[in-house]
Amino acid sequence: MDIFFQQIINGLVQGSIYALVALGYTMVYGIMGLINFAHGEVVMIGTLVAITVVGTLVDAGMPVALAGLGGVSASVLVCMALGWSLERVAYRPLRHAPRLTPLITAIGMSIVLQNLAMMIWGRNYLTFPSLLPRLHFELGGTHFTFIQVVIVVVSAATMGGLLLLVYRTRLGMAMRATAQNPAVASLMGVNINRVIAAAFVIGSALAALAGIMVGTYYEIAHYQMGFMLGLKAFTAAVLGGIGNMAGAMLGGVLLGIIEALGAGYIGDLTGGFLGSHYQDIFAFVVLIVVLMFKPSGLFGEKTGDRA
Amino acid sequence: MSRVLLEAKGVAKHFGGVKALRDVSLSIRQGEIYGLIGPNGAGKTTFFNCMTGLYVPDGGGFTFDGAPLHADAPHQAARRGIARTFQNIRLFGNMTALENVMIGRHVRTGAGVLGAIFQTAATRAEEAAIRQRAIELLHYVRIEDRAGDLAKNLSYGDQRRLEIARALATEPKLLCLDEPAAGMNATETAELRELIEGIRSDGTTILFIEHDVKLVMGLCDRVAVLDYGALVIEDVPAVVQKDQRVIEAYLGA
Repeated sequence: MDIFFQQIINGLVQGSIYALVALGYTMVYGIMGLINFAHGEVVMIGTLVAITVVGTLVDAGMPVALAGLGGVSASVLVCMALGWSLERVAYRPLRHAPRLTPLITAIGMSIVLQNLAMMIWGRNYLTFPSLLPRLHFELGGTHFTFIQVVIVVVSAATMGGLLLLVYRTRLGMAMRATAQNPAVASLMGVNINRVIAAAFVIGSALAALAGIMVGTYYEIAHYQMGFMLGLKAFTAAVLGGIGNMAGAMLGGVLLGIIEALGAGYIGDLTGGFLGSHYQDIFAFVVLIVVLMFKPSGLFGEKTGDRA
Repeated sequence: MSRVLLEAKGVAKHFGGVKALRDVSLSIRQGEIYGLIGPNGAGKTTFFNCMTGLYVPDGGGFTFDGAPLHADAPHQAARRGIARTFQNIRLFGNMTALENVMIGRHVRTGAGVLGAIFQTAATRAEEAAIRQRAIELLHYVRIEDRAGDLAKNLSYGDQRRLEIARALATEPKLLCLDEPAAGMNATETAELRELIEGIRSDGTTILFIEHDVKLVMGLCDRVAVLDYGALVIEDVPAVVQKDQRVIEAYLGA
């Protein structure tokens, strides 16, 4: 049973990260029906910016805690600007184009961002600076680290804040109204362009946080790291019901746990034929199963009428 | 005679070969209740859609409140003071009645994205004021007891009232109602009539599309008749009612 609880903890940590990224996919999809396949690359840029900024600040003699704070802020701000620019440059001109066009554009933007990152940060794996003390805890035979606790707590707090924003503020109200019926929302005076830009900016801020978490957790970063992470977060969003925020959160955590348990037991199940490095197959088995049997996801609804 | 609030000049709109509107010119005066009638497919709703920025007219244009109406974005029309309801009700079904009305306040309030994220004092004060005004409007259309219910769970008549409250929340100078009495029984229609008269006496000009000829003739100060996308006549109800062309358009003679 030890391995079971251990993998639940590991899955919860990984799942919190998936959830943060999945929210970015689902918010944009909910409001404008676009799968922003460049979202994984925003996460990657967030991680790499944090590495550079923290490295520079530490070299300049700043204490690690302060440098970390600076790195997080810079990364979040850069990603917000990046998300805003993506929407403005790549997607807004295609707002009324057939749905396939922005989708292909998104894939194109993903490639552009990867190559841009490769030019800036190079092809090698970079070491992410350790920002948090490496403390270990043990509870009833299950081990976990301080970093894991921080990831789960920060994710939960961020998602709580996001829910408050969406359900308690007028910006959130405008976002929900636009998701239900953009034409009518704009007749009521909601500036659709602003709402869509806000969805991109907020989603990108979450992506930056997720990127820093990934960096802190695995202590490594690379210009292609966003691809697989993005696909998995997309899977999580589909699992929860794309367009549904609570679904993205639950889908992320569930996917993390499914993956962790799968990785933990795959060796036993296949008699050692497949090892834990095959864990990626679980995410995509989940994706295929969901698409086959419940394409609207766990919390998905029928899409509403659009004006 | 009071001044003109909305003037349409030669408005044209076609969809492929179908001429939905041909050179429609009419003017709505400040403070009047103006009816737009015509057989199904005459172009009434197309006219609304052109005016509120959902469609871009292929010819002609609108002057509203003394300045041209550039209908490039619907939220601009809302800002200028034009609000509307829909023939097929288009509420935000998964939001509460109160939230639907609060959305309408968007156009008259300004707090931005950063204010929403950091919950500044100004933002919070504004949101409280928005909520307060929305409750007043629900009271005005007499559905305040349904404030917390999801819009999709309201009765048909209440949904119509909610759409009017949501439109009023934008503080329109011109309120456009697209077949507000459709599907209503006699009692509901009478209550609606009372509501519309109340809105007008509070200073809002009203333009409405309606099939119920009795309601239109009883309520409107002036009436315009559209047929096959063209304006047939624009006059007071007593004249319109007796016009031979109108009778033909309606009876298909």
